[in-house]
Amino acid sequence: MKYTGKVIKYGDNVDTDVIIPARYLNTSDHAELASHCMEDLDKTFVNRVKKGDIIIAGQNFGCGSSREHAPIAIKASGISLVIAKSFARIFYRNAINIGLAIVECPAAAEEISEGDKVEADLDNGMIRNLTTGREYKTAPFPEFVQKIIENGGLMQSISNGVI
Amino acid sequence: MAMTMTQKILAAHSGKESVSAGELILADLDLVLGNDITSPVAIKEFAKLGKDSVFDKNKVTMVMDHFAPNKDIKAAEQCKMCRDFCVEKDITHFYDVGEMGIEHALLPEKGLVTAGNVVIGADSHTCTYGALGAFSTGVGSTDMACGMAVGKAWFKVPSAIKIALTGSLRRYVSGKDVILHIIGKIGVDGALYRSMEFTGEGLSSLSMADRLCIANMAIEAGAKNGIFEVDDITLDYIREHGGAEPVIYSADSDAEYDEIINIDLSQIEPTVAFPHLPENARTFDNIGEVKIDQVVIGSCTNGRLEDLIAAAEIMKGHKVAKNVRVIIIPATQQIYLDAMEMGLLRTFIECGAVVSTPTCGPCLGGYMGILAAGERAVTTTNRNFVGRMGHPDSEVYLASPATAAASALTGRITSPWEVMEK
Repeated sequence: MKYTGKVIKYGDNVDTDVIIPARYLNTSDHAELASHCMEDLDKTFVNRVKKGDIIIAGQNFGCGSSREHAPIAIKASGISLVIAKSFARIFYRNAINIGLAIVECPAAAEEISEGDKVEADLDNGMIRNLTTGREYKTAPFPEFVQKIIENGGLMQSISNGVI
Repeated sequence: MAMTMTQKILAAHSGKESVSAGELILADLDLVLGNDITSPVAIKEFAKLGKDSVFDKNKVTMVMDHFAPNKDIKAAEQCKMCRDFCVEKDITHFYDVGEMGIEHALLPEKGLVTAGNVVIGADSHTCTYGALGAFSTGVGSTDMACGMAVGKAWFKVPSAIKIALTGSLRRYVSGKDVILHIIGKIGVDGALYRSMEFTGEGLSSLSMADRLCIANMAIEAGAKNGIFEVDDITLDYIREHGGAEPVIYSADSDAEYDEIINIDLSQIEPTVAFPHLPENARTFDNIGEVKIDQVVIGSCTNGRLEDLIAAAEIMKGHKVAKNVRVIIIPATQQIYLDAMEMGLLRTFIECGAVVSTPTCGPCLGGYMGILAAGERAVTTTNRNFVGRMGHPDSEVYLASPATAAASALTGRITSPWEVMEK
């Protein structure tokens, strides 16, 4: 899969409470969750995010609560891909399970800046910063995870008899 | 191949002789848990499969605890969706208002988890049951839906950090101080993707309440699970609560660990995590005068009877400081009843605190104690992220029940050692 978009950048330990505050967890409506995405960290996010944009973040992205509402809110807000130095493990599996593209790449996460235009080809494990011309290599997903992604998420994998 | 406790449990649940760190496996589940916030998303996903029933109606449990008793119309709709699903699928262990408690206090109390189990829960603090010698971990709603449908979950087998405990805790120091100390040492991603395995001679001095509290916050160090070696204290607890026959898995003596952390329990002091990360742990030589507006004693971390006893011992016969709101939340109906019969509720109320029905409410900024901009709370909960308990400009300080109780009396963050004799 290929992703191209403008970068919105955050730091380390972005927790799921700031991605989607618990006061909005009385709904599971995707559009409503997206309308409050990142609210307690960055009030401008909702207004400036464009379809296809890419979030770049530091270590331990998505730490805290297991709320799947967090990757759902990010995906529904139009973000196509999250690149981070590392992900908290529940967020990591939730993103894979719901089909939000994520990839760990410490070098890319360190060097790419807010507003840069980035192209990522996860099949070939390449991230290209179109603004600076720099390229980064990422590790491919394990085969088992790749299978879930190829089948369109965990539930589809069950329906298809893969799991 | 030498294995850790966690690896042995995962091998046994995936039909393998042995597993090693990094391997991806599909494991059989003994219990699948959800609450009123995460279950609705799982129920919608489950519906897509068109299945009439869950894999085992005795191995799925839903607990209405986060925004229940219903905080608003939307919360009521979510609880109703769970209730309707559980009635339709004939789920045995559905806990609604009247029977429910905070999930991670309730399930061990009801004997639903035993040593050797594999448990997933759509709640990050599902790691609590590691205190019982189970492999137990938090997942999202889609994993819960998959678990309800086929009774399985995929896992990457974790490597582990061994936490070797020696000594015993001093007075007014508890499991909460231990885990805040450890998170302060290794950081909020210090155990990322890994198990934290608690072992050593110091275990014998830790009550089940301490162990449940410590395992509960393994996630705050990023861990996949926290797990305690099973001993007589564990077995007595499981027996007393009517749990299923325990299966004891011990780590091999030559099991590999990424890291070994030695903790002398007798050196642990009352510890407080400052905003806005649980790793910002400080002891009282480095705290100073921090005035507070609210105290919350409760949650899946510290709402057990032992926690209320510790708080009541400090608060008995005193009054809460002026302009400090103190909210006490027994974690389950049984704890509520026990606290009532022991006279603890009278102590709290006479002291000027309020006592609430079981709910997760304030811990995650849902209801029952939301903070205004600029306000500070000392709480026995587990997270102090920005906006966790209300306004993004409010502050949460994590502490033990004893420290929270001492702070309630003085109106500033206070060590129990200051108000009580050591």
